Amino acid sequence: MHIMEGFLPWQWCVFWYALALPVIAYGVIRIKKVADKHPESKPVLAVVGAFMFVLSSLKLPSVTGSCSHPTGNGLGAVIFGPVVVSVLCVIVLVFQALLLGHGGLTTLGANTFSMGIIGPLAAWLVYKGWQKAGWSILPGIFLAAFFADLLTYATTAIQLSLAFPIPTFDSAILKFMTIYAYTQLPLAVAEGILTVVIFDYIMKLRPDVLETLKVIKPKNEMKTMKEPVKEAI
Amino acid sequence: MDKKNIILLCLAAAIILSPLILYNGLTEEEGYFTGSDGQGPEYLESQGYEPWIEPIWSPPSGEVEVLFFSLQAAIGALIIGYFVGYYNGLAKGRRQDEMDKKTVKQAK
Repeated sequence: MHIMEGFLPWQWCVFWYALALPVIAYGVIRIKKVADKHPESKPVLAVVGAFMFVLSSLKLPSVTGSCSHPTGNGLGAVIFGPVVVSVLCVIVLVFQALLLGHGGLTTLGANTFSMGIIGPLAAWLVYKGWQKAGWSILPGIFLAAFFADLLTYATTAIQLSLAFPIPTFDSAILKFMTIYAYTQLPLAVAEGILTVVIFDYIMKLRPDVLETLKVIKPKNEMKTMKEPVKEAI
Repeated sequence: MDKKNIILLCLAAAIILSPLILYNGLTEEEGYFTGSDGQGPEYLESQGYEPWIEPIWSPPSGEVEVLFFSLQAAIGALIIGYFVGYYNGLAKGRRQDEMDKKTVKQAK
């Protein structure tokens, strides 16, 4: 979903930077707050960022016959909220822009907007809605990661269609959606599964962190639900 | 490792590997397995668009590019592995402590 250096007219680069920068700035403040208030959550923040690092480096084949990479942005969004992920995303994108010639510095604003803001926002909204409904956690995590991945790529398609409405916006969006979002479907499913596995680990090893961040319900409630089952076995 | 997680990982592997079996024998030359990140720019160039700025630096060859991609994955995997292992050890230690306490109590 990286828009390559030079492939976005400068007016659009400025536009997406203007939208992304306030969110990133707010994200930095949020990270400081979370780290001060819940220092025990810092390692989880590192894991969440590392997850993005790994997933966005893997270019995977899709059944459409193209290759594309997952984003890893759903996990962080569910645990820390979308604005925190925008900061982690900038780190990943700068690494790739400087060392891999992948993405670019002028398109950093646009790429952060898709991978660091819209995707994570989708994950966060899906999971919060799921949580309110009171359904079990892991399927919600799957859906959150699935939509984060897919909407990241859909946003890229929209961004390119806005900049290059050739010949019209409608036909351009069809073209870019086929290139980006369609290829992404099976990969989004795979990303959803991987996110569930790592979330399950974090939930088992550090439920306390997830509880203080209000990602899962406090233990006492969980215990009363869980323990009778254990004893029955 | 949890049985559920092993099944899930196998499922993810199946999703990723199925295209390799499905399109076995086809290569880049037939237009398969190219990156969607590259297809976007390719399409724009075919429409006559020329990039207005070049990357400051890009890997001189595919090998060097792979180096940095692997480095990125390695850094991420290292951090995840470190903390998951560390927490796992902590949890084990805690359980051991509880067991020790219980045996001490029973002995009393």
